[in-house]
Amino acid sequence: MSLSSPCCLSQLAASGVGVLLALPVFGIFAARRALGSRLIYAACSAVCAGLAGVALITLLAPAARLEPVEIPIGLPLARTFLGLDPLSAAFAVIINLAASIVSGYAIGYGAHAREPQRIVPFYPAFIAGMNLVLLAQDAFSFLVGWELMSLASWALVVSEHRSAENRRAALVYLIMASGGALTLLLAFGLLAGAQGGYSFEAIRRVGAPGVGPIVLLLALVGAGSKAGLVPLHAWLPLAHPAAPSHVSALMSGVMTKVAVYGFVRLVFDLAGPPAWWWSVPVLLIAGITALLGVLYALMEHDLKRLLAYHTVENIGIIFIGLGLALAFEASGLRAAAALAFTAAIFHVFNHSLFKSLLFMGSGAVLNATGERDMEHLGGLIHRMPVTAVAFLAGCIAISALPPFNGFVSEWLTFQAILLSPQLPQWVPRLLVPAVGATLACSAALAAACFVKAFGMTFLGRPRSKAALGAAETDRWSQIAMLILALLCLLAGILPGFVMDSLGAATQMAVGARLAPQSALAWLRIVPIDLHRSAYSGLFVFVMIVLAAATTAFAVRRFASHALRRSPPWDCGFPDASPATQYTAGSFAQPIRRVFGSVVFRAREHVAMPKPGDTAVARLRVELRDTVWDGLYAPIIRLVEATAERLNRMQFLTIRNYLTLVFAALVALLIIVGTWR
Amino acid sequence: MSYDWLIQLAQTALVLALAPLLSGVTRKIRARLLRRQGPSVLQPYRDLLKLIRKETVIAENASWLFRAAPYLILATTWVAAALVPTFATGLSSLDAAADIIVIVALLGTARFLLALAGLDVGTSFGGIGASREMLFASLAEPAMLMAVFTLSLFAGSTQLSSISAYMLGPGYSVNISLALALVALIIVSIGENARIPVDNPATHLELTMVHEAMILEYSGRHLAVIEAAAAVKLLLYLSLIACVFTPWGTAVAGAGALAYAIGLIAWAIKLAALAFLLVVFETAIAKMRVFRVPEFLGIALMLGLLATILLFVAKVSR
Repeated sequence: MSLSSPCCLSQLAASGVGVLLALPVFGIFAARRALGSRLIYAACSAVCAGLAGVALITLLAPAARLEPVEIPIGLPLARTFLGLDPLSAAFAVIINLAASIVSGYAIGYGAHAREPQRIVPFYPAFIAGMNLVLLAQDAFSFLVGWELMSLASWALVVSEHRSAENRRAALVYLIMASGGALTLLLAFGLLAGAQGGYSFEAIRRVGAPGVGPIVLLLALVGAGSKAGLVPLHAWLPLAHPAAPSHVSALMSGVMTKVAVYGFVRLVFDLAGPPAWWWSVPVLLIAGITALLGVLYALMEHDLKRLLAYHTVENIGIIFIGLGLALAFEASGLRAAAALAFTAAIFHVFNHSLFKSLLFMGSGAVLNATGERDMEHLGGLIHRMPVTAVAFLAGCIAISALPPFNGFVSEWLTFQAILLSPQLPQWVPRLLVPAVGATLACSAALAAACFVKAFGMTFLGRPRSKAALGAAETDRWSQIAMLILALLCLLAGILPGFVMDSLGAATQMAVGARLAPQSALAWLRIVPIDLHRSAYSGLFVFVMIVLAAATTAFAVRRFASHALRRSPPWDCGFPDASPATQYTAGSFAQPIRRVFGSVVFRAREHVAMPKPGDTAVARLRVELRDTVWDGLYAPIIRLVEATAERLNRMQFLTIRNYLTLVFAALVALLIIVGTWR
Repeated sequence: MSYDWLIQLAQTALVLALAPLLSGVTRKIRARLLRRQGPSVLQPYRDLLKLIRKETVIAENASWLFRAAPYLILATTWVAAALVPTFATGLSSLDAAADIIVIVALLGTARFLLALAGLDVGTSFGGIGASREMLFASLAEPAMLMAVFTLSLFAGSTQLSSISAYMLGPGYSVNISLALALVALIIVSIGENARIPVDNPATHLELTMVHEAMILEYSGRHLAVIEAAAAVKLLLYLSLIACVFTPWGTAVAGAGALAYAIGLIAWAIKLAALAFLLVVFETAIAKMRVFRVPEFLGIALMLGLLATILLFVAKVSR
């Protein structure tokens, strides 16, 4: 058996996951020593790099269909299949690349953990769970991997268990995760049908008729809650920041992508051919998610929570692409579907890069200052120059600005939106321009959000002693962040290679692929045809560099070289106190006034003392989370009220219990009897 | 082919060279409308020269970002302006490299950097400018994109040369969507170039300024570069409107020298006319309160969205 044969590759990948599954056992002992946890992280990084390599070979190999390997362990009646097909391989590359770099960061960052034994054993299990989901070729292993991923990440969220806030986050996360897994279980159950063939192969072959719409809804709830679709996002901004930063990077940058994979696998691969109206709920929810996510992020002053909310926005952008792909595929517009799907998966890739980068940067800041609140940061560009450069690259990339990578995927999404007048149905035709406007709005708001995030954290003057005394982070972290920053730039200026790599996955999902891109002149990308649109990131990048160099040269040649440092001018009223600077709150205030008064029912309360009174004036801003108030709070109240009622059942006599059991049995028998 | 490159290079150089002249002309027209004599149209060049000869003073705690930002802002704005067909269109090297969405996004990059530069020193004015600029952008940029989408849907392309060719071609007819997009684009141009009623380029009255507040700490050569970028941006917007809505006279790639000469003259006339209209509008209206501006820009967004939806509904796929 040669190394490049598909079967061998699947086995390699499976054994990689096996290694990851074994690492937690070593982690329990290794975590006692700093060197031990470093070794575990290094091993994770190496295994992930290997898995990414294997997946990349699978993705680029011409063999379209790979045979899954049957694993002799697992549930007694169901057979376990592991393997990589193009779809899972594409996601496996994305996820393992990011996970490998994040693990590299953790070699340095993990050393600062207060209780490493609460983190180190679960970390490899978390990565193993995500890989198991991708490798799974049957419903059981998929769900086992999904649950492993959820539980391991839950353990990591609760690792800093002393703060009540984190414990609450972990509880909310656990409830949402179990709900999500339940819906996925139902979805697979429906797909498998009465025969109960749980391997994906069998599901595809049998193709249970008529369950498609229900599977779509279940996937939207199950995978969507993991990914953070509004209104199921509530756990995400609580749980992601609560974990240590390298885990936050994995949860936000990587785990949400596994959720997207779950959705794609269920809806595009297993649920059968889509109907056009499937796209409507997806597009609606995605548009709302993109806009609400960024507005939430703008209102947030906690750096890590801002990033977590921003993940919600990006998930919205990804689902916009997926919704478009569904609409096009259902109408037989295969080329357009391929474009929309490529845009979505490209954004998955991009987001895994820059969100991991930004969370790593926020971890470095947290480590150096002990602060997550931007109101207490500032001026870190002087004290943490490398982190600042990497973080800036991430900010530009996530704001969808050229020449970085975030722009390319949004550009592709816009191109897909511009194709939608071809759709024959009226509803998506009316919906898509509105979704396009939301996407444009959220891109512009994202720029505002990241001006705030970078400006308040790294620019200006330090707002606290902690920020003043910050020092640069360790070497491992710096290198990991710089690699990701470089990848963000490279994916932005050489997008053709990424798009070509995604070809096989796109072919599998929507039955068509984009024409090869990377061989075109100037490495430009031409999604449809040259007369319609083209973009060359390389050309734009070279032009910007040339223009900047020309200007700098001209200024150097002709301008005065004199430079003097002096106190700031500030219209003649410079104030020495850093408190006079704009804060995160004041930066977002105009946006809060314009957008937030409706969405968040934002109210400002001013307590102004009477003239002559020397008491302090106070401004209090009240923001309501309308989604929580409208959806979650009533459910919580209902559950509590029901629990209160049922409480009496704890104190019955044995006779009462026996009666109850008998009644329940009779009731069930009657139901079963009438059902037949 | 090499000919194309030459024209492209000339176009790139021209947008930078003529930008200060355009702002000189607008100032002159404005002064005449206010019954003032006004400075010479060459005054912006003299201002730039004066600025680059002066010593540069920067704040003690300014970082490298503050010093690098002007060059990057000018570079991105300049590249964006070079991508707009001015006197010649259909230059293959550029068409194949970037479309109008890229132009909008490049301006976004410039704005992003400018806002960061405004926050760098840590003064309250820098913050106020950056915050308001990003607020305005959060409405102006989508409005611009919606207007762009309308044009793209008409022409079946996001490339400016194709759009301009479509407007000249037989398929074109006067259309309500097009008119809505034009109004949206004009409103965005006013907002993005810090003109009255959104912002006042001439003021240094603290609470009314947005763009000037961000660049308050700049001086000397840095200020000169930023001023040049602002002038290029104005030229870009006027060229863009001229290229799309009045494409007459523009030379097509490969045409003879005469066509290029006609193209140049036509471009100059169009710019002057648009500058005149801009200034007339500006002098006829008063500056708005800051929180009226989102409503003004929101109108542009709504118009752009309406134009696109009308097209999506009406258009038979092409």
